[in-house]
Amino acid sequence: MEPRRNFLAAAWEGLGELVRGFATTFIHLFRRPITEAYPEYHRPLPERSRARIILTRDPDGDERCVACYLCSGVCPVSCISMQSSQREDGRRFASWFRINFARCIYCGLCEEACPTLAIQLTPHFETCQYDILTLVAEKEDLLVDHGGKNRDYNFYRHAGVTAVGGKGEHLQEAKPVNRRSNLP
Amino acid sequence: MNQLPILIIVTAVKILLVLVVFLTAIAYTVLMERKVLGFIQLRYGPNRVGPWGLLQPLADAIKLLFKEEFTPPGVNKVLFVLAPVITAATAFLPLAAIPFASQILPNTLTIYGYKVDLTAAGLNQGVIADINVGLLYVFAMGSLSVYGAVLGGWASNNKYSLLGGLRLTAQMISYELALGLSVIGVLMLSGSLSLVKIVEAQKSVWFIFYQPLGFVLFLTAAFAECARTPFDLIECENELVAGYQTEYSSMKYGVFMMGEYGHILVASALCTTLFLGGWRGPVLPPIAWFMIKTFALVFFFIWVRGTFPRFRFDQLMKLGWKVMLPLCLVNILFTGIIIQFLQR
Repeated sequence: MEPRRNFLAAAWEGLGELVRGFATTFIHLFRRPITEAYPEYHRPLPERSRARIILTRDPDGDERCVACYLCSGVCPVSCISMQSSQREDGRRFASWFRINFARCIYCGLCEEACPTLAIQLTPHFETCQYDILTLVAEKEDLLVDHGGKNRDYNFYRHAGVTAVGGKGEHLQEAKPVNRRSNLP
Repeated sequence: MNQLPILIIVTAVKILLVLVVFLTAIAYTVLMERKVLGFIQLRYGPNRVGPWGLLQPLADAIKLLFKEEFTPPGVNKVLFVLAPVITAATAFLPLAAIPFASQILPNTLTIYGYKVDLTAAGLNQGVIADINVGLLYVFAMGSLSVYGAVLGGWASNNKYSLLGGLRLTAQMISYELALGLSVIGVLMLSGSLSLVKIVEAQKSVWFIFYQPLGFVLFLTAAFAECARTPFDLIECENELVAGYQTEYSSMKYGVFMMGEYGHILVASALCTTLFLGGWRGPVLPPIAWFMIKTFALVFFFIWVRGTFPRFRFDQLMKLGWKVMLPLCLVNILFTGIIIQFLQR
């Protein structure tokens, strides 16, 4: 048990604390509220915040997506679906591509899985609609005409497929070895 | 000519006016509370409906009216419906005895050539009914308001509601004593239970200067009677969901809320009348002074809510019985002694 203090001193101290409490809240009345009034004021979001999904293009203007189904497979809520096809030059593409934003949880796993940096998440988050079916985005709604986060990257210029350029013409690729010659 | 019909009409108009103003004041007390609490917490409070959120009470009312009215199975229907009505009615009724202005009508009124004497029933006064036991009447109504909460808690057939009602009963009984005893000093000074006379007695000096301790005790007890923070144990969200209001929905809940805020307003108005000189004040008209003082006290109610945490129940009881009650008795004793010495 704590020692018995002088009653009056304790009462005076208590009164002081009361006044201090009142003063604190009263001063707060005249402070500027820290609320950000949202529809009028948009807080600048970090570049890497994850919201609405886009399909980007490579620097040459071609679609980056090669319809490998990796994003569709990794999606935890199965909101991505597509149909793969092949162009005449052997390059793969999605004949249709669909994301159901009503189901998307914006986890960003599709972006991580994508080998060609085609599918990317943007900070644009105001996707609310009155009709839930309008949240189903088709390929035309998703495609943009820029490269998103990594504008210079072109998958076919790195990968060893002959759809773009011949053998040995890709970036970071050695020339084909001449089997007839032993010279290095 | 028989004057009775005209007197009745004048009284009815007066009651209607007071009621309308009072209901509006309740609505805007809610808005004021949300705004002030918002600013204390560095928020804006409601600011979307109308300029500065001034139409928010209207939106709230519409929302409450259109909500689903759900009566849970197992409730005692009669008491369940009666409870909010009691709470609201007992909050409105004390207003009849509280004077809000000096004289609002001339002594005689001439209607179609007939002279009507308005002084007969005190109709020219700024009070609905100048009862000679006005203060007693107000306290009686305040005591009755317990029934609203207790019956609501009992009829809801819900353990949270019952606990809330139970707590409220204990709290009200404990603090009613302090509330009643804290005004005895005022009664000794004014020599009357009539609220009009009490205001008259404060012509030169407000009673808060004669009765500072009484004022503090009265205000504290009024907080407990209104079940406001720091004494809002009956509806503390983290223990009892919403206390006796848990099972109420739609306008039944709205009526409970109206009663609650009505109690705050009545307590402030009563405190103004007893200690702050009622409608007395320079320059501005009496009714403006009455409003200013009342709303200053309402602001204090809100300010306290934004400042202090809730008591524990044993602390509440200890404060009521071991601190407030003895202090009230000491206050009465000293007031009596001083009056005795001054009269000699």
